[in-house]
Amino acid sequence: MLQRLRRQIPGTVVIMWCIGIAILGIVFWGTVATLRSGKYASAQWVDLFVYGIAQGGIYALIALGYTMVYGVLRMINFAHSEVFMSGPYIGYYVALALDQAGLLNRYPVLGLGIVILVAMTVSTTIAVLLERIAYRPLRRAPRLVPLITAIGASYFLSYAFLGLFGSDLKGYPEIQALKGTWNILGVEVLRPQIVVIVAALVMLAGLYLFVRHTKTGKAMQAVAEDKDCAALMGINVDRIIVITFAIGGALAGAAGVFYALLFKQVKFNMGFFPGIKAFTSAVLGGIGNVTGAMVGGMFLGIAESLFPNLVLDGLGIPAPYQLKDALAFTLLVLVLIFRPTGILGERLAAKKA
Amino acid sequence: MNKKSLVLVSMVLLITLLAAACKPKAKFECTDPKGCVDIAPGEPVRIGYMFVISGSDAPLGNDTKYGLEIAVDDKKEILGHPIEVVGEDCMCSAEGGQTASTKLAADPKLVAVVGTNCSSAARAAIPVMCGAGISMISPSNTAPDLTAEDRPAEYWCYLRTAHNDKVQGAAMAEFAWQKGFRKAATIHDGSLYADKLQQVFAEKFKELGGTITAQEAVGPEDTDMKPVLTRIAATQPDFIYYPIFIAAGAQITKQAREVPGLENVQLAGADGVFSPDFLEGAGDAVLGFYWSSPDFTAFGAGYKEFLQKYETKYGVKVLAPFHAHSYDAAMMIFAAIEKVAVKDPDGTLHIGRKALSDALFATKDFKGLTGNLTCSPTGDCADPKIAVYQCMNADPATWNPGADPDSNPKKVWP
Amino acid sequence: MPAIHSETRFDWSQPVKTGLLGGVAALLLSLIGVIEASHARPVISGIISLGQALLLIVFVLTCVAAIRRAGYARQETSSRGRLLLCGGVAGLMVSVALAALVLIGNVVNLRAVFIKASPELYHLLTLGLDTGGVLALLMSGFLLGIVVGATYLLPARLRRAIAMALGAIPLLAVLYGAFFPGRRFTLPGALALFVVLSAGSYWGGDIRSLVKQRVASLPPAGQRVYKIALWALVALLVLLLPTTGSYPSQMLDLVGLYILMGLGLNIVVGFAGLLDLGYVAFFAIGAYTQAVLTSPEIRWLGEVRLTFWEALPFSVLMATLAGVILGIPVLRMRGDYLAIVTLGFGEIIRIVALSDWLKPYIGGSNGITRIPKPVIGGWELATPGRLYYLIIAGCLLAAVIAARLKHSRLGRAWMAIREDEDVAQAMGIDLVRTKLLAFATGAAFSGLSGAIFAAMITSIYPHSFHLLVSINTLGLIIVGGMGSIPGVILGSLALVGLPEILREFSEYRLLIYGVALVYMMLVRPEGLLPEARRKLELHEAEAAE
Repeated sequence: MLQRLRRQIPGTVVIMWCIGIAILGIVFWGTVATLRSGKYASAQWVDLFVYGIAQGGIYALIALGYTMVYGVLRMINFAHSEVFMSGPYIGYYVALALDQAGLLNRYPVLGLGIVILVAMTVSTTIAVLLERIAYRPLRRAPRLVPLITAIGASYFLSYAFLGLFGSDLKGYPEIQALKGTWNILGVEVLRPQIVVIVAALVMLAGLYLFVRHTKTGKAMQAVAEDKDCAALMGINVDRIIVITFAIGGALAGAAGVFYALLFKQVKFNMGFFPGIKAFTSAVLGGIGNVTGAMVGGMFLGIAESLFPNLVLDGLGIPAPYQLKDALAFTLLVLVLIFRPTGILGERLAAKKA
Repeated sequence: MNKKSLVLVSMVLLITLLAAACKPKAKFECTDPKGCVDIAPGEPVRIGYMFVISGSDAPLGNDTKYGLEIAVDDKKEILGHPIEVVGEDCMCSAEGGQTASTKLAADPKLVAVVGTNCSSAARAAIPVMCGAGISMISPSNTAPDLTAEDRPAEYWCYLRTAHNDKVQGAAMAEFAWQKGFRKAATIHDGSLYADKLQQVFAEKFKELGGTITAQEAVGPEDTDMKPVLTRIAATQPDFIYYPIFIAAGAQITKQAREVPGLENVQLAGADGVFSPDFLEGAGDAVLGFYWSSPDFTAFGAGYKEFLQKYETKYGVKVLAPFHAHSYDAAMMIFAAIEKVAVKDPDGTLHIGRKALSDALFATKDFKGLTGNLTCSPTGDCADPKIAVYQCMNADPATWNPGADPDSNPKKVWP
Repeated sequence: MPAIHSETRFDWSQPVKTGLLGGVAALLLSLIGVIEASHARPVISGIISLGQALLLIVFVLTCVAAIRRAGYARQETSSRGRLLLCGGVAGLMVSVALAALVLIGNVVNLRAVFIKASPELYHLLTLGLDTGGVLALLMSGFLLGIVVGATYLLPARLRRAIAMALGAIPLLAVLYGAFFPGRRFTLPGALALFVVLSAGSYWGGDIRSLVKQRVASLPPAGQRVYKIALWALVALLVLLLPTTGSYPSQMLDLVGLYILMGLGLNIVVGFAGLLDLGYVAFFAIGAYTQAVLTSPEIRWLGEVRLTFWEALPFSVLMATLAGVILGIPVLRMRGDYLAIVTLGFGEIIRIVALSDWLKPYIGGSNGITRIPKPVIGGWELATPGRLYYLIIAGCLLAAVIAARLKHSRLGRAWMAIREDEDVAQAMGIDLVRTKLLAFATGAAFSGLSGAIFAAMITSIYPHSFHLLVSINTLGLIIVGGMGSIPGVILGSLALVGLPEILREFSEYRLLIYGVALVYMMLVRPEGLLPEARRKLELHEAEAAE
């Protein structure tokens, strides 16, 4: 029996590596072909790169919510995409009121601060309520049960918002101060993108310090490691879990407002695709790992923006941006073939996942 | 046991008696090859609809539904019978179309159907409806194949009051050419509607002598359009045509102005984004945008009155451009019923299904809101007057097309 | 916890709190628009609408919850007054929440934010009396609460019977209206139904146990005959179902296709414990293979034009192959990694099917149309009623295969992997082979389902293969009971059939779906018809706590 096992496992590994190498070869071929054709100026490649970073910053902020919850509870909080949607949605009405009062354009920093604060509060509240109502009673249930609850909660939230506020498109008011571009190191970058990238970096750094250096942060790590043991050490596990959900919610709320700054529109189902992408980023980076979420998010953002043009164009595939989601997922599979635990692989994955 | 069987027997007897009592007296002989609908005195004439009432395309469906309901309000009754509307949500998918049509076709008293909104739903619904012999008029299917010369024989009961994609796409190409644009790019979103329109546009534009620099595609829920626009910018077009829907359309409009190389390119879309929501989503970047859409100024005299009824009844401004087509579809059906229905002395109506369909196909110079409708042998009834509008003001509150010559958006062609 | 209240004072906080929670629920229902939308649908013609019935149900449930929480439900006669007061206060609180909405709505234009806060809604909430009706609303809330409290003075069995009958009437009214368009309950009819239903549920238990006793007292041979007769009756009913009309058949066809998929996914998730969120991919591959091989629209294959039956094996084969191809790279992944990769796989298939790249081969956004329907000996399965038998046959085949596999050596290996992969491997189970077989079998069922789907709709579009299909399928096996074959059938009926019947509420369909999933998981995580072993496990966990 064992011998057969030994004979077969290398077989599949070989197949996997072959698939992986084949895909890499195609990627390489496409890239070279595109670059040799010289259709695009280097400034355009830089632009694509910057767009990718801005998009990636938002993915990273949402991914943090997934990865933190996953870290402590080992569950995919599918409803996190609706937590992300709820903040900017309510924030829209605040922004509208501020805009009508003229505050948003006279004091853009203050106005935007208020909107972000409201959005973070709403998202945090929803995240905490979710934990209390839908997840806490199921903490000891088999893994699939909370997953299904999360899917149910996700549907409920997005369609409740649809019912309450309607299906029409809502556009954030425009802030004059954020129009146009700033020159960064010789590259003209859109102002909202700079705001988003800077804010994302600041928040990620803050979170990193919080988790590493505060007492609550250390307690979080302890709960992630072993809930029962942490409880024995005098940590209030329920409280830590609530805090985790709250932080994830707050970050998602802020990410939502940044998203609205970039893309203007809020809609009841706006969380769905960013949510899936963010989760993909979390897995790409190594789920359960704060830095990993950031790396994964950036990587995915850049890949989506750059790769269709870089790789698929050279292969002669028409309308490559139609395939960008497919490309993102192919990338995920590729990364997981070579590194089954993500880029910054989490050592727990093999044992507990 | 005895009691039970007694109850059963008496029930059966009762039902037979009732059925016998309800049977119409054999005065009228139905000779129609597809059967007849008999409507007893006082019974309503039942008209069905299949629209997309839920999901993100709901505004389109509701718009057509409102148009139909106003037509029923205006008509009030047919030959002394009230009109009843029954409807199904067919969503925007083939399976939705098939299920909705199966449910409607199961109603033996259903006279005709207005629907569907999406061409994919129509392709699944038409065979079911025609199988049941029920005439079907769509107010918003625009796919060319539905009324093409070589359409399948099982489409015999299908007509439409919406303009064919061939007309709208070509109109925009002609306009762009006349305005002096020579290099155009197109974007579609993977929907049947957008894909067909951009194809027609591209073919016509090339035929006129222009160049198509790029034909790209995005997803309907995509938000970051800057990468794909950068790609288009590399081909240096002076005109971008994206006949898609509001959410993605607004993103492209907004972001095109932010991509180097596209600051001054002319943007244009079709009636899928002809809505104040589009202004809300795109912001100031929408100024100068071109739409192709039905020519509201060429619409019949009743159109202004219709708009008023719409606003008072539903508390909203028009949601999409197909309400009038739906109104006309319903009115065509009513007129055809009045033409073919046989009325008994006691008030019972008999409507032959094939006769009704023939009457619909024979519609000629029908004065509708959208113009004078004449149906082709393959069911194209529209009087396609396509106009191009330009956005003069980015504030959604100013949205009032066709109210007067200068209202926003302004008609600029023909 | 039932406390003794005879000495203590009336505890206000409990009914007020519960009442306000109920009030929030009622507010949410009103503002989402459920109440007003269902107001158009009568439960009893001219007497009460579904919207009103829903509000009533919220009131009643709130009062019941308040009474139970405060511990009055099991009280003896000593605290009648407090019982009634508790119900009344809870009812009043619900009214207070709604009254607040009406009052605020009359001063501020709430409609700018909450689009469903319309004058019609206020009119409905104030019992048609407008602002003056706020008092009437408060009064009726209070009185309703007292009435609910009063039912607790009745014998428990009678109370339950009445509650059952009252709850069932709106449901039956909706079903009746859905199956027979244009018809509705009249007052005498509803009263008669109420009497029958409450009598049925009052004596129902007795009758059931009597039958059981009788059967148990039969000799073994007699029992077998009884069982066979019962099954024969069920089979006959199932076979006769299409005679109810083409619309019910169409619905059952859809349910059947989901049963087929559910049976397949049940093997992957339920038996082997591999969480697959991209199951729709195999459905799509089955459908597209069928379409490409049979539709006259596809020209690139030359003159190859297969019939439904000739193409069917290829469809299943292609899906199976895809199952293996997906299986290989994910062999080493576990749990959530697997979930996201499979989800990605599903999306890849849909996006690629939609792309301009493959448009010349599989139609892109235009889809593939004119797919022929199956023909058996010159008899075309053109109507939903005829297709139903094909689908039933498919389901039966799949169910038999699944049931046989479950108790085979392979089935036990799957379950061992589900419980603990490392231990299973240590016991000598070949992980690679076992997992790939699970993926392949599951994919084959899904491919079969997809092939029939293509022939049934006759035109397919990439939009039909949305992630929602995967989630629905997963939802139905979980609601039905993971790993249980009858559960899949019940789950499909509940999650595919019911929403189909409630089409007119399609705007709220997914909302209700979401609530149902959460509620189900909280109250009955093992599903409606759980597999015996799983039920045992869950209860073991409960017992351990």
